[in-house]
Amino acid sequence: MIRIENMYKIYNMGDNEVRALDGVSLHIGANEFVSIVGPSGSGKSTLMNMIGCLDTPTEGKYYIDGTEVSQMRDDQLAEIRNRKVGFIFQSYNLLGRLTVLENVELPLIYAGLAKNERRHLAKEALKKVGLEGREHHRPNQLSGGQQQRVAIARALVNKPSLILADEPTGALDSKTGEEIMQMLREIHQEGNTVVLITHDKEIAKNAKRMISIHDGKIFSDCEVKYA
Amino acid sequence: MNISQAVKMAIQSVTSNKMRSFLTMLGIIIGVAAVIIMVSIVQATTARIKAQMENMGTNMISVTLTGRNSTRNLDINDMQKLVADNPDYFICVAPTITGNPRIKVGTVNESTNLIGSNQHYSSIHNATVEFGRFISEQDCITRRKVVVIGKYIQNHYFPGEDPIGQILKVSNQVFTVVGVLEAKTSTIAQGSQDDRIIIPYTTAQRLLRNAIIRTYSFQAVSAEVSEKATDKLEELLLKLLRNENAYRVMNQAEMLENVETMTETMSLMLGGIAGISLLVGGIGIMNIMLVSVTERTREIGIRKAIGARRRSIMTQFLIESIVVSCLGGIIGILLGIVGTYLVGRAINLEAVATAGVMILSAGFSITIGVFFGWYPANKASKLDPIDALRFE
Ligand SMILES: Nc1ncnc2c1ncn2[C@@H]1O[C@H](COP(=O)(O)OP(=O)(O)O)[C@@H](O)[C@H]1O
Ligand SMILES: [Mg+2]
Repeated sequence: MIRIENMYKIYNMGDNEVRALDGVSLHIGANEFVSIVGPSGSGKSTLMNMIGCLDTPTEGKYYIDGTEVSQMRDDQLAEIRNRKVGFIFQSYNLLGRLTVLENVELPLIYAGLAKNERRHLAKEALKKVGLEGREHHRPNQLSGGQQQRVAIARALVNKPSLILADEPTGALDSKTGEEIMQMLREIHQEGNTVVLITHDKEIAKNAKRMISIHDGKIFSDCEVKYA
Repeated sequence: MNISQAVKMAIQSVTSNKMRSFLTMLGIIIGVAAVIIMVSIVQATTARIKAQMENMGTNMISVTLTGRNSTRNLDINDMQKLVADNPDYFICVAPTITGNPRIKVGTVNESTNLIGSNQHYSSIHNATVEFGRFISEQDCITRRKVVVIGKYIQNHYFPGEDPIGQILKVSNQVFTVVGVLEAKTSTIAQGSQDDRIIIPYTTAQRLLRNAIIRTYSFQAVSAEVSEKATDKLEELLLKLLRNENAYRVMNQAEMLENVETMTETMSLMLGGIAGISLLVGGIGIMNIMLVSVTERTREIGIRKAIGARRRSIMTQFLIESIVVSCLGGIIGILLGIVGTYLVGRAINLEAVATAGVMILSAGFSITIGVFFGWYPANKASKLDPIDALRFE
């Protein structure tokens, strides 16, 4: 599904350069549930942005489903993000001026779907995350956990195969956090590839495989033993 | 993403901050309204001046002797010979003698405008007979005491009667009414062009005890030859009077042309001023769009993360600026229509905003939206998604 070969992301080339990714190679198969852990500033988000085609590497190759994306242009990347990737961010990143339903519809608008179909799929996705009846609320009328669930619905609505979650529980209390994690496990069980980014090893144990990263380098990659 | 979706998004964004959107539009509103009002008023003024000049006659060239107590005279035979010798230039000539006598029918006794002329006056000065007849060549030769009256005279002196064949006393001399002229004005008021009487010029010379004819009007064959005809006339006048300052020649076609040139210049000047105000309005839109792009950097980042292409972002912001400028254009057009009506009423002019100027303004607004929205929209579409998402 995903293959990264010797990837570098270097900021401020020259004086006091920052190597956010320092020679990362990685393979993630279809329907895996992987967590990426590491302390703050270790390069987790940078790696996730690379996997999600939001960012382009300074050096190295990246393949999704066998096609190289590291050389693609802006608009081609946008299309891959739209069709193959669903993002879940720590800060939800919903559009405050749109309703819940409109937020969830947004990826489908950019996919070019007709209105009726969009409505239908968006409502279905909201139902799945348990937010029926909230379609016409604004994000700021919802709790943090509910907002994150809207974000999950938005990530799922276009039926991408790869779900990327960057500290999805970082802004939530442990109980709602656990609900969100439960949801990610379900998404994985339905056949999606899930990549979870966190600095918390306990949360990382939800995944079946844990990759530790430090100063832009992978230093361990192992199966998680269930308790 | 299709256009109707983009328009919906744009309207959402415009209405979510009504005050700012209105202030952004204000430049366009004022610019468009100003264009419409100014152009409409100029058009109405021109139309009125032209109508007044056309009322005066058709392809008319007139000569008037200057100098109050000049003894110089222009003989009607010389003038008629000029016409006869130059059939390519002139159709006819009518002498004009004016006076201000008192007229009387029964007990009604007031002064009016008297014109003494010949049978050609009617066609040269567009003085059409409504019923009865105009004065004839024979009337002039035999100095008949016949009179053609204006509409006001009929209404005022012969209310509800047929005036033809009736007696009208002019300076206590008995005249017979032979014709009534069509109304020249809508009000038919005292002192207007409808308050006048026309008699044979020979009769007028006797009545006013004045043998000198100071004014002749010629009718040129066409507007095109009227300039050459004027030259011919001046050539003759200089020969007869030997003094360039003894007469004044007026050429109607030339005057009409002058009015047109003046109007054109005025339209261009006013158009330029209005254009500048539209330009300022456009810069206002660009300014606000740039602010809006910065404010919504994070929104742009989110949209890009979930799959918006450059084109989609570009379209979104471009349409937003077009919506703002078009909305401003529409309000400006409405304001322009009302403003034209109010200004027209204030200066007593029948002015209406024409479809042409409204279409022009609408086109202008859209162009401004595209032109000044392009740069901010392009800037938004090229934002890096990562930088945009990090933006606080
Ligand atoms: N745009 C940037 N310019 C310079 N340095 C950056 C930029 N983005 C990230 N970095 C640096 O790259 C490193 C990795 O950042 P990040 O991937 O966000 O870490 P994490 O998500 O693990 O906390 C950090 O040291 C950060 O300061
Ligand atoms: Mg991070």
